[in-house]
Parts: sequence; C-alpha cells; structure tokens
Amino acid sequence: MSNAQIECRDLWKIYGANSQKAMEAVLKDNLTKEEVRDQFDCVLGVRNASFSVKEGEIFCIMGLSGSGKSTLVRHVNRLIEPTSGQIHVAGQRVDTMAEPELRLLRAETIGMVFQHMALWPHRTLGENVGFGLEVRDVPYEARREAAIKALEAMDLSGWIDHYPDQLSGGMQQRVGLARALAADPEILLMDEPFSALDPLIRRQLQDQFLELSAKLKKTTLFITHDLDEAIRMGDHIAIMNDGEIVQIGTPEEIVTNPKDDYVAEFVKGISRVSLVHAETIMEPLEGRAATNKTIQTGAELSAIIDCFLDDQEPLTVVDPDGNSVGHITIKAALTALRG
Amino acid sequence: MDLWDIFDKEWVPVGAWVEQFLNWVVSNFRFIFQAIKVPFDFVLSGLEDTLTGAPDLVMLAVITLVAWQAGGRRLGLISASCMLAIGLMGAWEESMTTLSIVLTCVVFCSIIGIPLGVVAAKRDRFWYVLQPFLDLMQTIPSFVYLVPIVMLFSIGNVSGVIVTFIYALPPVVRLTNLGIRQVRPDMVEAARAFGASKRQTLYKVELPLAMPTIMAGVNQTIMMALSMVVVSSMISVTGLGQMVLRGIGRLDMGLATVGGLGIVFLAVVIDRVSQSFGISARDRGHKKWYETGPIGFLRSKILKN
Repeated sequence: MSNAQIECRDLWKIYGANSQKAMEAVLKDNLTKEEVRDQFDCVLGVRNASFSVKEGEIFCIMGLSGSGKSTLVRHVNRLIEPTSGQIHVAGQRVDTMAEPELRLLRAETIGMVFQHMALWPHRTLGENVGFGLEVRDVPYEARREAAIKALEAMDLSGWIDHYPDQLSGGMQQRVGLARALAADPEILLMDEPFSALDPLIRRQLQDQFLELSAKLKKTTLFITHDLDEAIRMGDHIAIMNDGEIVQIGTPEEIVTNPKDDYVAEFVKGISRVSLVHAETIMEPLEGRAATNKTIQTGAELSAIIDCFLDDQEPLTVVDPDGNSVGHITIKAALTALRG
Repeated sequence: MDLWDIFDKEWVPVGAWVEQFLNWVVSNFRFIFQAIKVPFDFVLSGLEDTLTGAPDLVMLAVITLVAWQAGGRRLGLISASCMLAIGLMGAWEESMTTLSIVLTCVVFCSIIGIPLGVVAAKRDRFWYVLQPFLDLMQTIPSFVYLVPIVMLFSIGNVSGVIVTFIYALPPVVRLTNLGIRQVRPDMVEAARAFGASKRQTLYKVELPLAMPTIMAGVNQTIMMALSMVVVSSMISVTGLGQMVLRGIGRLDMGLATVGGLGIVFLAVVIDRVSQSFGISARDRGHKKWYETGPIGFLRSKILKN
C-alpha cells in the first residue's frame, strides 16, 4: 500500500495477566472470546484486525458498544499496547516505536477527539487547545496564535479566555475538534465525537466537520455506533462485532451487499435513496433496444424513482460517453428501495 | 499450671522487648534522631521567631489580609474578630506559638504526604503496604509514643511538632491518593493522546484536577494537628495547650478556659482559611487569585491610575 496513511495488520489485543499465553493458544486453536475468558481469564478486545486508510479519506469504524472499536482506534496512537500485530502511521512503524518518538507522533501527527470531550476544566479554551504545543515547549505566543486560529476555524473566536464549563455541549465538542486540529496534524482520530450531543447539534457538527474535512483533507478515523452517521461521514466503513472486523467497504457496498446476518441487521433500516446508484441495480441490455428515457451512470436511486413517477417505461442507463450500458425496470428500482 | 487459665501467664513479653529495643536504639542511634530534628527545628524556630517577634497588631493585620485574600471579605472579618478575641483574652503570645507549631507540621506533612499520596495512587502495591502504617499512625493512642519520642528527640516544641506530624500525616496522604485516583480517566488519556509525558500529565492535569481533594486533606491534617496541641503540651510544648494543661493541673478553670477558647478561635480561623484555598477556580467564578481580595483591590486601584 503506497498511499495508506494508517495501516494495521493482524492486530490482536488481549487484556489480562496471561495475555501472551492466551495469544499463543488463540492462534493455535482459534478459540472464541468466551473460551479465552474461561481458560485464561483474559478478555479478547481486538481479534485479528487489518485495515488501511488512504490519505485524505474518512474511514468509519462502526460497531455496538463493546465491539472493540474504541480499543482498536487507540492502537493507532498506542494509547493501548497491541498484544500482537503491526501498526503503520504516516510511514512510521508505531508498534515498536520508542517513547520519545511516540510522544512526538502524538503531539505532531495525530489529533484526537473524545466522546465526552475530555476538555480540562481548570484550563481556559486557549490553554486546552494549545496543550499539544505546550508539552513540546512551544513558546507562549506561538501557542496562543495557533489556539486563536484553531478556535476561529470552529467559530469560537471570542471564547479563548473562557473555561469549558461556560460552554454548551456542542460548543465544547467544537473546542475538542479545535484542540485536535491546533497542531495541524495529518491524522484525526475521532472516538464517537458526536454521540453525546442531541440530534440537531449532531447534524450541524457533522456538516461542519464534513465541510472542514473537504477543505483540510485530513486522514480521519471516525468511530461511531450509528450506521447513519457512518454512511454520512465515511468514504469507507468497517463494521466490527465482538472485536472482529466483519466487513469493510464503501457505504454502498455495505448497504447493498451485507456480508452476513449481523451486518444485514444493521443495514435494514437504512434509507437507500442516496446510496444506491444506477449501475448497481441495472440489468444488462441483452439486445434490447435503448429507450429514449435515459439516465446517467452514477445517478442516485432517488433520481431514478423520479423518472418513474410519470410513466413506468424502463430506463436506459448511459455512461458519460453516451453509450447505453444497461436498463432499469420499475421493479428493479422498487426492489432496490426495499432492500 | 491450670490449662483453663492459660493466659494468666505472659507468654510473649512484648513490653520487655520494646523496652530493650528502645534502649538499644537510644544508646546507639540517638544521633540519627537528633539529625532528623534539624529541619523541623529550622522551620519551627524561624516561624516562631517571626510570629511571636512581630508586633501584635501587625500580625493581626497580616492574618486578616491573608484571610480576606483567601476567602473574601466575610472571612477576613471573621478571622479578625477571632484573633482579636484571642488577643483581648491575653492568649496572643501562646496562640502565636501554637500557630507556628501547627504551620510547621503542615509544611512537613505536605512536603512528605503529597508525594507519598501521588506514588500510592500510581502503584497499588505501594498503597497496600502504606495503608496499615497510616492506620497505625492514626489509631495508636498518642500517649503511647509520647515517651519513646521524648527518649529519642528529648522534650520541647520540636518534639511536639514530630509527635503532631506522626498523628496528622495520614489524611493528606489518603486524600492525595484518592484525589489522583478520582481524576477522570479520559482527562488523563487526552493528555497522553496529545503527547504529554507522565510527568507533564501529573503536573498539568492530574495534580490541578485533584487539588480540591488534596486541599481537603491538608485541611484535615491541620485540624488533627490542632487537636494534638493539648496532648503534646505534656512533653513541655508551649502555647495554648500548655495553658489548658496548667489550668487542669492547678484546677484553675479560668486559665484552662482561656486556653481552650483560644484553641477554638484559632481553629476556626485556620480551618476556614485553609478550606478556602481548596475551592476550585470554577466556584470562584473563574477569577485568578490576584483579581480578588486585597491584592485585587490594590491592583484595580493601580490599574485605574
């Protein structure tokens, strides 16, 4: 992988005093989570996870609580030590890195946002945002300047000398984001950043973050327990269950082609109108004559349904060069909508 | 011997052992204990000379201003009236001696207790070892170690500080340990995630967040030190405690009452002042310490001109 910014290979995390022995046994006999717990008194946190995140993309990790997604993401900046496996971040090998380099990596290359904000209540917003620079002994003026810039980007300019508890929840999480961006890192780790907020504020922050992300092009690892959010935010989604990555794919792949019952269960309630595209549901032409009613490849299901509102004649799908590549009947469109 | 009354005989002569051990320590290692006395002596005599040597009214003003700075105008007024009452009762000199003993004790309890508490919070095993010692220090009747202390350190105010130190150390260790352990884990994790070293995390995040709890421990330590005042006067420590002891000895109720009231007033002042040091910035309305109290008052006057 040439342009992978984050890459984890065969990552395992087993908690407990006997983790090394448990690791060997798991590799040999392929034990389940329960067997590891009963035989070694260890908890299997992450099971053989491999994934890579390309530069500039948003990679969502989705799973229910206890599925190991927070554990997995903490391996990237090694807040949690892996039991086995390799971690590469921005061209550096993280799992074998020495403490000073690791601290530098955390301060300069990786910014992190936490579920419950984790802003320090005894520090002003300026001091919170400038912390990553402060621990590297950056002088006060430079820290202040970076903090002003980062807070400005989050529409919090006037608040620099206030304290976190004087802000609302949504504003606090914007401070969290500003803190992660202050050192201008290449990578953002976001651990359920919007889960603790109410739906309207969450939506606003998602939009604000997407806008910012399109501008800054930070490689982002985004944790969420909400598939809707994962689909909105992610270029790719990894679905986790019981410490294992079940499926990795684009939102469309996940929704249209769930790998197993677990993923299918998640996907059930998801609206497909903006996820499914013409080329996914079209059938081959097979000698049929192209109709006048055409639609471009890449058109969303919502646009296809619009075409069937007036009459129910099949649609012909054309690629950007004008060639007919397939056709869609109303039956196919409705089936795709139902899922 | 009758088997039913087996415990009539002393099987394990603990008392004799302790006495022998103590005599051996005194005759061979007394110089070590005399050396331990040096730093206590240094701080105590410095404080005592300052507090008793300064003119009474100057001290009254200083205490009032410190109280005002620490806890606002109301606390300044309360402290001024308490100290005034002590002065008017004729117990000023003694109260200054007691104050200097208590302050010395607090200084050493903090210097030793807070680091102990921090280490205990970081290492469970150390905490398990430390706990029984803290229990012992708190529960063993102070009369028991009064005699060995006198044998090792001789009598006087410095020995009084050491006796008080033993009794008053546990709360600050316990509450520092508790305070550090109670810091929200995601606060610590966030500090690490932004590249802070262990030391930076401790000084920039854990200690400030644990400060209200640590200050509650210091406050408890002060209160326990004050409660030792009368007991320690038995090894000829001067001050308010001695007034009480002498009053009891001579059945002079007046003298004992004056000493007792003095301790009460002094306790009120020290308790309130030390408590208000522990109030978090949030509850003070996010004002810096130099923006409030007499210093804030002066500062605003100067900045206006």
